[in-house]
Amino acid sequence: MSATFVGMPAFPDAARSALADSQLRGNLAHATSTIRGKRAQVVGEVSEWEELRLAGAAIKDNTLHHLDEHLLRLERSLTERGATVHWARDAAEACAIVAGIAQQHGVDEVVKVKSMATQEIELNEFLAEQGIAAWETDLAELIVQLGDDLPSHILVPAIHRNRAEIREIFRAKMPGAPDDLTDNPADLAAAARLHLRQKFLSARMAVSGANFAVADTGTLMVVESEGNGRMCLTLPDILVSVVGIEKVVPSWDDLDVFLQLLPRSSTGERMNPYTSTWTGVTPGDGPQEMHVVLLDNGRTRALADEVGRQALRCIRCSACLNVCPVYERTGGHAYGSVYPGPIGAILNPLLRGVGHDKQLDSLPYASSLCGACFEACPVRIDFPEVLVHLRSKVVDAHRGRAERGVRCTLRAERPVRLGRAPKPEAVAMKAASWALRDAGRLGRLERLAGAAGRLLARVLRRSAPGGRRVLGSLPGPGARWTTARDVPAPPTESFREWWQREGGRS
Amino acid sequence: MRAALLVTCINDAVFPDTGKAVVRLLSRLGVDVEFPSGQTCCAQPMVNTGYLDEAVPVVRSFVDAFAGYDAIVAPSGSCAGSVRHQHGIVARRSDDAALAAAVAETSARVYELSEFLVDVLGVDDVGAYFPHAVTYHPTCHSLRMLDVGDRPMRLLRAVRGLRLTELPAAEECCGFGGTFAVKNADTSVAMGADKVRHVRETGAEVLVAGDNSCLMHIGGMLSRQRSGVRVLHLAEVLASTEGR
Ligand code: SF4
Repeated sequence: MSATFVGMPAFPDAARSALADSQLRGNLAHATSTIRGKRAQVVGEVSEWEELRLAGAAIKDNTLHHLDEHLLRLERSLTERGATVHWARDAAEACAIVAGIAQQHGVDEVVKVKSMATQEIELNEFLAEQGIAAWETDLAELIVQLGDDLPSHILVPAIHRNRAEIREIFRAKMPGAPDDLTDNPADLAAAARLHLRQKFLSARMAVSGANFAVADTGTLMVVESEGNGRMCLTLPDILVSVVGIEKVVPSWDDLDVFLQLLPRSSTGERMNPYTSTWTGVTPGDGPQEMHVVLLDNGRTRALADEVGRQALRCIRCSACLNVCPVYERTGGHAYGSVYPGPIGAILNPLLRGVGHDKQLDSLPYASSLCGACFEACPVRIDFPEVLVHLRSKVVDAHRGRAERGVRCTLRAERPVRLGRAPKPEAVAMKAASWALRDAGRLGRLERLAGAAGRLLARVLRRSAPGGRRVLGSLPGPGARWTTARDVPAPPTESFREWWQREGGRS
Repeated sequence: MRAALLVTCINDAVFPDTGKAVVRLLSRLGVDVEFPSGQTCCAQPMVNTGYLDEAVPVVRSFVDAFAGYDAIVAPSGSCAGSVRHQHGIVARRSDDAALAAAVAETSARVYELSEFLVDVLGVDDVGAYFPHAVTYHPTCHSLRMLDVGDRPMRLLRAVRGLRLTELPAAEECCGFGGTFAVKNADTSVAMGADKVRHVRETGAEVLVAGDNSCLMHIGGMLSRQRSGVRVLHLAEVLASTEGR
C-alpha cells in the first residue's frame, strides 16, 4: 500500500471534494442506512441494552483506572504461556519490533489479520521498505491494499468502492485474477479466495491485532466475519500481535458483556461468525512462536486527559460512523486517518495532541454535535462532551496569539506588538463575549439592527414563504451562510424593545 | 407561579414573534410571565466553539438575570440544553465556587417549552387552532440532549385543525450545528439538503420545530429553493387561534 494519510488537508477542505463525488455519496448513503437498520433491529431485541452499555463503560473505565496493573498482569500471563511480550512507545518502535522478528526468521512475506493498530502505525508501509511483503487477508482490506487506496471505514474499509470498481482493481492488481472476472459478488469473493489460499499456505508468519486481551489468562481474541483471520492465526509458524494497551480486560467474565455489545453494534449480528482466541503456544498445534507488541502510541497521552480518556473505551465497532450524518456525507477519507467518523474526530486529536497541526485541530469541529454517535456507542462515549472539550483545547492552544491580537482590537490603550494576526473567529468571540455580558450593550446593538431592519424592509423585494423579507447571497463572511440559504432580514423591533413598549415590568 | 421567559438571544434579536407567542400562550394558560431584562444569551455559541473563558462572563450575567424565579422557560431545546449541560463546565473553568453554586441552582429550574407545558403545567391541549398541514422536525438537542420525547407531538396532535404528517428520517440532524454551519458550510448544506427533501416529500405547508436556529437553516434553504414551505416555531403554532 503506497497511499498515505500524511499531509491531508483540514476537514472542511477534504470534505468539500468528497461531497462532490456522487458515486461516493450514493455508496455511503446506501451502506450506512442498511447497517443502521440492521443494528437498530438487533439492538432493539435486547431489553437490557442500556444496562449492558453501562456495564461495558464501567468495565473499561475501571480497567483504564488501573491500566498499569492490568498490563503487568497481562505480560506475566502471556510470558507464562510461552509468548514474548514487547513494549512499544510509538509507531516507530512497534514497526521495528515486527520487522525485526521477520528478519530474524528470514521471512519476506507475512499474512495479516485485519487490524486497526497495525494500520495506525503504518506497518505495511514500513515492512515494504524492509523488503517484506504484507498481505491483507480481510476481503475489504485486500481491495484497499490492491487499489493503492486508503481505508474509509473501520469495519468496511472499502465502503467507498462499488463492485465494478472492485472488479477492475482485482483484474489489474491481483495475481492470478481471471481475465473474464465478472462483478458478481460471489465471483469476486471466489477470485479473492483463490489468491488468499496460496498466501495462507505459503506464509510462515502472520501479523494480527486483537479485539481483547485478557489479563487473567493471557488470552488474545479476534472477532471477525470471514474466517480469513482464523486462517492467519492457525496456519503460520510465527504469530505477532500488535495490541493497543487499552485493549486489556481483566477477566473472561468481562467478555460476556463485550461479546454481546460488539457484534450487535458493529455488523448488526447477534453473534459474529468467527471468534478466535489463543492463549500462548500450544505445542504441536498452531503457531509455535508468539509475540505480543503492547502499543502506546499516544494512548497514555489520551489517558491523561480527564474528559477525553473515555475515548479509550472504544471497541472499534463503527456504530458511531454508521449513524453519523457528517460521515454519511463525507466518507472516511476526509478525516485524514485510519480512524474516521466521530471516533476519529476525538481519538486522533487525543492520541496526537492539538495545537500543532491544522488537520488535527479541524477534527473536533467536524461535527454538528447532534449526539447520534453518543446514542449509538455501546460503551457510552459522550461525544458531544468530548468534542466541545477538545475544541476548548484547540482554542486554548492558540490563545497566546489571539489574546494579544484582541487586546489591540478591543481596547487599544497602548500599542501591542503582534506576532501574527489573531483569527477572525477569536476576535468575533471576544466581541460577542463583550456584548453578551451586559444586556444594555446587547439592547443597543439590537436597536441598531432594528434601524437596519426598518431600512431593509423598504428596499428588500424577496420574501420567504410566510412573507418575511429575506436577504439572498451576501458578500464577505456572510457568504458561507448564504451560498445555499436565504437569511431573514433583521426585524424592525427586537423582543426586548417590544416588551418594554408593551409596558413589561421586568 | 413566577415564570421567567428565557427568550434566547436569537429569538430576541431575529425572531421576536416567537417570544411574543410564548408570552401569549403562557398568559392564556394562566401563567404570570416575566422577562428578566438582564438576560442576554446562554453562551452556547462560545462554549461550542471552544471559547470557555469568553463564556464565563456571559454565564455570570445569566445566573444574575434569572436568580429567584420558580421556573425558567425557553422556546429552544438547544439553549435549555446548553444551560443544563454546559453551564457547569463553564463554572468549573472559572474556578469560582459561588458561580458553580449559582449555576447548579438556576440550571435545575430551566425548562424547554414543551417540557414546561406538559410536565409543569400538565397540559397537552393548549387550546390552539391552526388549520394547516404540518410536519415536525425534532431538533437534536431536544431529542437527544434533553430527551423531550413525544411531548411536542402530543401538543401538536391536540391542536384543532392541524393535520400532522410524519417527517421521514425525522431524527436525523438538519446540519445546522451552530458555528458548524459556517465552519463546515458544505457538509452542513449537504445535510440540510436531505432534510429539506424529506420536508418537501411530506407535502406539508408548514415545518414546525422547537428551535429557531435549526429553522433558520432549514427555512433558509426552503426559501432559496422557492419551495413554498414556511417554517414556524412550535410556540407560534401553539399560541395560534387564527381569529377564533
Ligand atoms: S466510539 Fe463507540 S460507537 Fe464508535 S467505534 Fe468506538 S465503540 Fe463503536
